[in-house]
Amino acid sequence: MEEKLSFEYAPAPESRALVTIKPKYGHFIGGKFVAGSKHFPTINPATEEVLSQISLAGKADVDAAVKAARKAYTTTWSKMSGKERGKYLFRIARIMQERSREFAVLETLDNGKPIRESRDVDVPLAAAHFFYHAGWADKLEYAGLGTTPKAHGVAGQIIPWNFPLLMLAWKVAPALAAGNTVVLKPAETTSLTALLFAEVCQQAELPAGVVNIVTGDGSTGALIVNHPGIDKIAFTGSTEVGKIIARAVAPTNKSVTLELGGKAANIIFEDAAIDESVEGIVNGIFFNQGHVCCAGSRLILQESIADEVIEKLKNRMAKIRVGDPMDKNTDLGAINSKEQLLKIRELSAAGDSEGAQRWSAPCDLPGKGFWFAPTIFTGVTQAHRIAREEIFGPVLSVLTFRTPQEAIDKANNTPFGLSAGIWSEKGSKVLWASQQLRAGVIWANTFNKFDPTSPFGGYKESGWGREGGRHGLSAYLKGVSHE
Amino acid sequence: MNFYGLVDGTEASLKKYLGSLSGVDQVGADARAAMLATRSIKTTSKRWAIDTAITMVDLTTLEGADTPGKVKALCTKAVRPDPTDSTVPSVGAVCVYNDMVEIARTHLDLIGGQHVGVAAVSTAFPSGRASMAVKIQDTKDAVNAGASEIDMVIDRGAFLSGRYIEVFDEIVKIREVCGTKAHLKVIFETGELVTYDNVRKASFLAMAAGADFIKTSTGKVAPAATAPVVLVMLEAVRDFYAMTQVRIGVKPAGGIRNTKDAIKQLVLVNETAGPEWLKPSLFRIGASALLNDLLMQRMKMDDGYYASPQYVTID
Repeated sequence: MEEKLSFEYAPAPESRALVTIKPKYGHFIGGKFVAGSKHFPTINPATEEVLSQISLAGKADVDAAVKAARKAYTTTWSKMSGKERGKYLFRIARIMQERSREFAVLETLDNGKPIRESRDVDVPLAAAHFFYHAGWADKLEYAGLGTTPKAHGVAGQIIPWNFPLLMLAWKVAPALAAGNTVVLKPAETTSLTALLFAEVCQQAELPAGVVNIVTGDGSTGALIVNHPGIDKIAFTGSTEVGKIIARAVAPTNKSVTLELGGKAANIIFEDAAIDESVEGIVNGIFFNQGHVCCAGSRLILQESIADEVIEKLKNRMAKIRVGDPMDKNTDLGAINSKEQLLKIRELSAAGDSEGAQRWSAPCDLPGKGFWFAPTIFTGVTQAHRIAREEIFGPVLSVLTFRTPQEAIDKANNTPFGLSAGIWSEKGSKVLWASQQLRAGVIWANTFNKFDPTSPFGGYKESGWGREGGRHGLSAYLKGVSHE
Repeated sequence: MNFYGLVDGTEASLKKYLGSLSGVDQVGADARAAMLATRSIKTTSKRWAIDTAITMVDLTTLEGADTPGKVKALCTKAVRPDPTDSTVPSVGAVCVYNDMVEIARTHLDLIGGQHVGVAAVSTAFPSGRASMAVKIQDTKDAVNAGASEIDMVIDRGAFLSGRYIEVFDEIVKIREVCGTKAHLKVIFETGELVTYDNVRKASFLAMAAGADFIKTSTGKVAPAATAPVVLVMLEAVRDFYAMTQVRIGVKPAGGIRNTKDAIKQLVLVNETAGPEWLKPSLFRIGASALLNDLLMQRMKMDDGYYASPQYVTID
């Protein structure tokens, strides 16, 4: 018998044999894969291995995609009954479930997130969004959005790299259910699952041109935003880019929804269930490496329990398993890109220089790839940059409060307003706090829970409009107020 | 006794102590336990976990039909779980009713099983419904017969009606009977306490009263040792250690029937209380059928295929 002093988990890697990555990809336009002209590499951020070459869409490619989407809208999709549209959505959802392992492995390779999360969160939720919206397709008249809700036409959709497939689902499913056709651009660093989704569209025999996918960087996004043939823009990404888009579409007839940044307050009252709160803090900021717009990145902790909670949090953080995202036991994977890693480092350095105390979980980070240990800063005040700016990484800023009103004031003292968390075993306090907080999503005694039936979106600089639920559906229908 | 300085033995101090405990959010505890159940334990770590789990088994027979012959057979199995493979370690203890203690102890000593403990269920197991005098005598009998471990049940009726001081006093008295001769395991019957708040409260109550181990269940009531209940108890011993620098053991019992379940328990221990608890002096698993599944999985890892159940002994 091999003697070991402790319970070391042997590597448990998920197989990547399931996925076939082509050396080079084009765009998906009019139901076909078409070759691109210029290419750029997409890498595995955990190893820096080049996975494939992705096409950079220029004006001609975007024009072709918009043209295909318009044609599909005019000739097919707008004439089809909701019931028939729903069948396609159900079919897509089922195929996504059938190919869920393939999607999960590919997502983890391209994005760097742990396979446990892509397998248990991203892919099942993405399929759930298609199932949910499939049910709406033939019931739009009964959604309470007017008697004859009409699609916009062609929707241009730009999605981020943190939940590539899930964000695609949030965008494509409601658009199609409402009767729009789409031109979608995945993020520059994470195009592969969107391209696999294009295969699913073919497999589902979705009419050509209903879904078009063009890959590229910000320049491709700008071509979509400014394209005169597009009726509606949906964007998820940074507040900085969101503002550019808002300016660009302001003088046009385009309808727009924006889901932008956040700096969510996670408020722990002294009467909270402490162990579950600690889990909630960990889930709030370390889920998906903190690459979550609604991450609970500001821990707002009642002073009377601060020492106890921080000590428990550090013990818990020491157990976070950082490393190979393909290992089924990994909790925290790779930072998605070098650029993002540099941003996290820059803001963390600002935390140091402004006098906050940094503590990182002891862990061995791999030599290659982009990594950042789970980190907290204590002694943070409202005036620190790390309490104001979105870090978008596994870095938590800890602030304290003395009275419930102080907690609310600190939580609301931000240009953002996407989400917030409240932890208390006292129901009346939870209800009071949730009424005071200016955030689009408020979790009580939990964090980072998502469901297609629940509208998601922000106040203030966190965005315009909602995604998910009836509210999200309304964004894809004409003449409907969607706030 | 000074009860670690946490309580002074009065009802007022006990209420204050129990009142200071944080609540447990059921949804959160369930979610954490479910997440830890996804851990994938393979190859060398699986082998380590199987052998460690074998040393933690309290091999149990608690039937009205128990006979000296049945108990002796159990003892033989406890010492050498696999007669064909001497590298298989002995289990932690055998667990029997109090009239079988002497038979078990004598037989274990006879066959070279001095290192295997004898645990006796006590205090009117499994219901706990008897007078205190009977419960004390029950325990005395077991200790005098050679039990090295006493698995007592608490009075769930008293606990659920808020008479915590009665439960506390009962544990203190049984602790006195055990003296230095026997370790005391306190069984909560978590399936009857129902809420995780109660489980946490019972854990802290029992630890302050002098329990060496806290144990989920009798095995006679379902649900028994569910993962979230064990999680809550492991959090309690971890927090109690932070308060007192004393490590209390945990024993899930009931419903852990196969290797997968046992490994999930070890993962819970490893990532909640910590690796310090991964030894039989601080973690036991009360089970009967589990041992054979551990043996079969062990054979499978050595041989590369599943043997017929006839290759492990039925008792």
